[in-house]
Amino acid sequence: MTAHFKQDGPVESNRLDGMKQGVIGKALPRVEGLAKVTGTAPYAAEYQAANMAEGVLVTATITRGTVSSIDTQSVLAMPGVLAVIQDSRMTTRAAQGTAGQAPQQEPQTVSYWGQPIALVVAETFEQARDAAKQLTITYDAEEGAPLDPQAVESEAKEGQTVNQGDLAHAMAEAAHSVDVTIDTEGHASAAMEPHAAIAQWEGDKLTLYASLQMLNYNIAELADALGIEEEDVRLRAPYVGGGFGSKLGISEEAVAAAIAAKQLDRPVRVVMSRQQVFQCIMRRSETHQRLRLACDDDGRLTGFGHDALVSNLPGEAFAEPVLQSSHFLYGGDNRSLSLNVARIHRMTAGSVRAPGEAVGMPALEVAMDQLAEEAGIDPVELRLRNIPERNPEEDLPFSSHKLAECLRQGAEAFGWDSGPRTPRQHKEGEWWIGTGMASAARVHNVSEAKVRVSLIADGTALVRTDMTDIGTGTYTILAQIVGEMLGLPVDKVMVELGDTQNPRGPGSGGSWGAASIGSAAFMACHALRKTLAERVGTSEEELSLKDGIANSGPSLVELLDGKELSELGHYEPGDIADDYTASGFGAFFAQVRVNRFTGEARVDRMLGAFGFGRVLNAKTARSQCLGGITWSIGAALTESLMFDPNDGHLVNCDLAEYHMPVHRDIGEVEVLMVEERDPVASPIQAKGIGELGMCGGAAAIANAIYNACGARLHHFPMTPDRILAALPD
Amino acid sequence: MKPFQYTRPESLVHAAQLSQDTEALAIAGGTNLLDLMKLQVETPDRLVDINRLGLGEITENTDGTLRIGALVTNTAAANHPRIRADYPVLARAILAGATQQLRNKATTGGNLCQRTRCYYFTNIDQPCNKREPGSGCGAIEGVARLHAVLGTSTECIATYPGDMAVAMSALDAAVHILAEDESERTVPVRDFHCLPGDTPWRDNVLEPGEIITAVTLPPPVQGKQIYRKVRERSSYAFALTSVAAIIAMEGDRIARADLAFGGLAHKPWHDPRLSTLLVGKLPSAALFDEAGDLLLEDAQGFGENDFKIPLARRTLAAVLAEATETEI
Amino acid sequence: MADYITVNDTKHPLPDDPRVSLLDFLRQEVGLTGTKKGCDHGQCGACTVIVNGMRINSCLALAVMHDGDTVTTIEGIGTPGAPSALQKAFVEHDGYQCGYCTPGQICAATAMLDEIAHGMPSDASDTLEGEIQISDEEIRERMSGNLCRCGAYANILAAIRDVAKEKAV
Repeated sequence: MTAHFKQDGPVESNRLDGMKQGVIGKALPRVEGLAKVTGTAPYAAEYQAANMAEGVLVTATITRGTVSSIDTQSVLAMPGVLAVIQDSRMTTRAAQGTAGQAPQQEPQTVSYWGQPIALVVAETFEQARDAAKQLTITYDAEEGAPLDPQAVESEAKEGQTVNQGDLAHAMAEAAHSVDVTIDTEGHASAAMEPHAAIAQWEGDKLTLYASLQMLNYNIAELADALGIEEEDVRLRAPYVGGGFGSKLGISEEAVAAAIAAKQLDRPVRVVMSRQQVFQCIMRRSETHQRLRLACDDDGRLTGFGHDALVSNLPGEAFAEPVLQSSHFLYGGDNRSLSLNVARIHRMTAGSVRAPGEAVGMPALEVAMDQLAEEAGIDPVELRLRNIPERNPEEDLPFSSHKLAECLRQGAEAFGWDSGPRTPRQHKEGEWWIGTGMASAARVHNVSEAKVRVSLIADGTALVRTDMTDIGTGTYTILAQIVGEMLGLPVDKVMVELGDTQNPRGPGSGGSWGAASIGSAAFMACHALRKTLAERVGTSEEELSLKDGIANSGPSLVELLDGKELSELGHYEPGDIADDYTASGFGAFFAQVRVNRFTGEARVDRMLGAFGFGRVLNAKTARSQCLGGITWSIGAALTESLMFDPNDGHLVNCDLAEYHMPVHRDIGEVEVLMVEERDPVASPIQAKGIGELGMCGGAAAIANAIYNACGARLHHFPMTPDRILAALPD
Repeated sequence: MKPFQYTRPESLVHAAQLSQDTEALAIAGGTNLLDLMKLQVETPDRLVDINRLGLGEITENTDGTLRIGALVTNTAAANHPRIRADYPVLARAILAGATQQLRNKATTGGNLCQRTRCYYFTNIDQPCNKREPGSGCGAIEGVARLHAVLGTSTECIATYPGDMAVAMSALDAAVHILAEDESERTVPVRDFHCLPGDTPWRDNVLEPGEIITAVTLPPPVQGKQIYRKVRERSSYAFALTSVAAIIAMEGDRIARADLAFGGLAHKPWHDPRLSTLLVGKLPSAALFDEAGDLLLEDAQGFGENDFKIPLARRTLAAVLAEATETEI
Repeated sequence: MADYITVNDTKHPLPDDPRVSLLDFLRQEVGLTGTKKGCDHGQCGACTVIVNGMRINSCLALAVMHDGDTVTTIEGIGTPGAPSALQKAFVEHDGYQCGYCTPGQICAATAMLDEIAHGMPSDASDTLEGEIQISDEEIRERMSGNLCRCGAYANILAAIRDVAKEKAV
């Protein structure tokens, strides 16, 4: 049976709140926790297969051109080397999220330095890695590939330009205005598990163990790349060592492993080196942004301008959606927004945690801080005065809106001082201390999702989908939703994820996973409850399930009577998306210290207050927010991709020189969850939370640095050299 | 990693003899060498494992000096009671470097031989005169953030990346070297590392067949010892710049000023003129500025790393202010 | 020269190829995949194991150089049926998300508590002498060799602090 629901309107019934089990929202530990802490949870590269060969990718050392020849004889005589694979079906980039088809193939055509062009397969990893380095390749290089995003003619991204009223006039007439240019450097997802795949064929059937976020799309991408049917592919990814966008689409090692395994007729494992993960997966584009804000004497925005330049390879549809929340976060009648893309030959730009807001919001919120200073208004108050009633561009209502509560509650919990904000008021030894704040916003998304929920005759439940848990907590929240609906403690709910033999989930990405798959599970449970209610002789509304007992009478085991009961939950987003603007909102508060000699900045403490609909698990939801705040600190202070100006290669392609935060970079972090129900967001009233925590946080740190030492930075990350350069004399 | 023959020699001299072969490399902790071998920056045919040949002891000599065996780990050195008490600048420098996991493996001799972190040196598909003489320098026209501002050449602008040797340079320690013919020589740490000049492949004065056996620290001296490291992350990052300082006062005047700098050059940078300038003077902001001017008078940036010049000047001032308890 | 490495109380023969890292030896030859490969260059800490009582990055070690050594991996620290205090605390405090850096974090934390007990100072210590006061800053510095991209640091700190307190009692 299928319980299908297409959401065309709000779901006000809030059924989860009427259940009796009492597990929903609770801060329960992860159900897979013991497997993770004891090292027994298997990740992609860790499956055992008899007679497995090892593949290592070979990457291009030119920026643009063609591979004229690969001298396979140069390595085939080396010990253990089995093959050099140079198949035109191999992919040269990772697929963009939700592509559903193969990305660019034909690896003999090179469009960026570091692009995969071949695979060397050997009996052992050491043999393959060495042979991959020894392979002799000749190129026909095409000189003059554009590399600098600001040196080429850019193209306007369709559907992003907004022109309302007359911004130039509003700026000229404004009581106070700010016109600033802000740059952000590129970021890497740098998930701790490198991209890896094990491919194994049985006849024409392929099983691929992989580290991927969206098996529902990846299966189509892989089948398309290989020229086979989806039915002949099984993807498995029960544990994924982080994704953050980098594993949204099928990546080069998976396709190469599948081709090699077929050719050699034995299982093949391909694990990318860390350097390869950096160089040939995804980068977040650098951005060059201009913010124009105009307000009246009371600080009410009269004009709002946000223009951004980003970059990508020719032919890539993705453009870092910098303006995503700028369209609706603040009012202002005169609006001008634009997004331009420069076509350059650096590695592919794609989704990295919170694409768009991760860099757009920090820029906007630095500009807002400057406006607050210009207008002499407390920055929290300035934001409160500019929360629009409705989406200012599309005149739509908001599904729910917790920005004001987050600002007020966050300010109180942080101990925000709303008095005058003159820089350099607090000093401790060599350090200036300061505070700053910023708003958070991240659009809410949902996606089609299917899950099978079965009540087994022994009174336990089994939940099956190809949805992944990339560290977000999917295993646990599904156990909680199903447990709550069916009256079972979570240890009676088994959850099976990451296997395309199960119904298609929504995939993990865009923060839509929990709300989408949770809603599908909710629908399945709702249908199961109807059947159980009939058996009890009552209505679904009257059915009370707790600890395996229905309405204080028969047990689930008795009601099932030896037979399994199963429903396929199927959730689809409907027309409601056209009727509302749905977003998570929040506020960040930071206290930083800046060394007056060296310009080093450290975050002493940071607080984030967030409203994102229903909290499904207070522990894992908080962890998602903590993760976002940690990323905010990295984006603010240390993270920056550096590209060679001559050939465009990523220079700092390892974890020593790409500075993601370490333990010591993270001071005290506090998370305040401003709980709400959003009936528009999803049938379980939940919204996405995985990305919200880094949508603006870097600005709270930038604003705190200004408050601490008077250095107003317009370039992220705010490394010591940039801080010293911005210090007033 | 290229295939290699793994050898465990029976004695130090045997190890030195084996290392005479230019295709052989000695391995101790391996934390830097194995990293570079995986990248094929280093491709020895033979790996000479010098662990388990003694050299793991710290011994107090009767003349007040302290001998640190070449195979003493960074952890053992930083935790040795004498080093903590009498050479805190060294303990601090070691603790400011890498991580506990790496310090548990890394050795005194190996750390002295640590190779540069230049992005072009570690990428074999990029030009680098240090790795492949004559291929050019990718950093000079490329990204030179980590790079040197002092003592550079047109061939190479790489930096020595370590912390330990910077403190040893300030302490004026000596490196003991054994050759394959059983002869021994001693080289001051300040002369152990080379400037790139037109031989950028040469990091230090070790000749083929030579092995570091120990480092000797001179008898302890009076004064305040400080190691100050400026880095982008608060831990687990190489220095943008670092200062090792031993500063003693006599009354209100500076009586000793031994300084060395990391992150600025192809070697721990020691400029004897600084001591001459500072000793005998009353500490002041103006004096510290003068010291900065002197230190950096020949400094040259390469765009991306221009910031190191003001940063080094400011860090030096901060360290001198702290050491002399001067408000600036 | 012994021809074996003792891993979690079991002796395993050395690999034939001297190029095999201790990490790959554990994962491929011994079959203990709890030790993770995150970077293979000593830059992330996911491969942290305890060798003769000291934590090291197993990726920057050749297996053949560890003949006769005693290696403790995450599997030797505790099992799902009998987890260690730190393992339990990581679950309780949600000291992980994706779980990939977790075994390395726990191996590092296990060794770290011993280091503190032995009075070994760190870059965060105010003085180089005397007993170490276990502060948040001490834990953070000492755990900085273990990267966590999910951003679970605050929870990892809470888990370690809990166990450190219990030990101190």
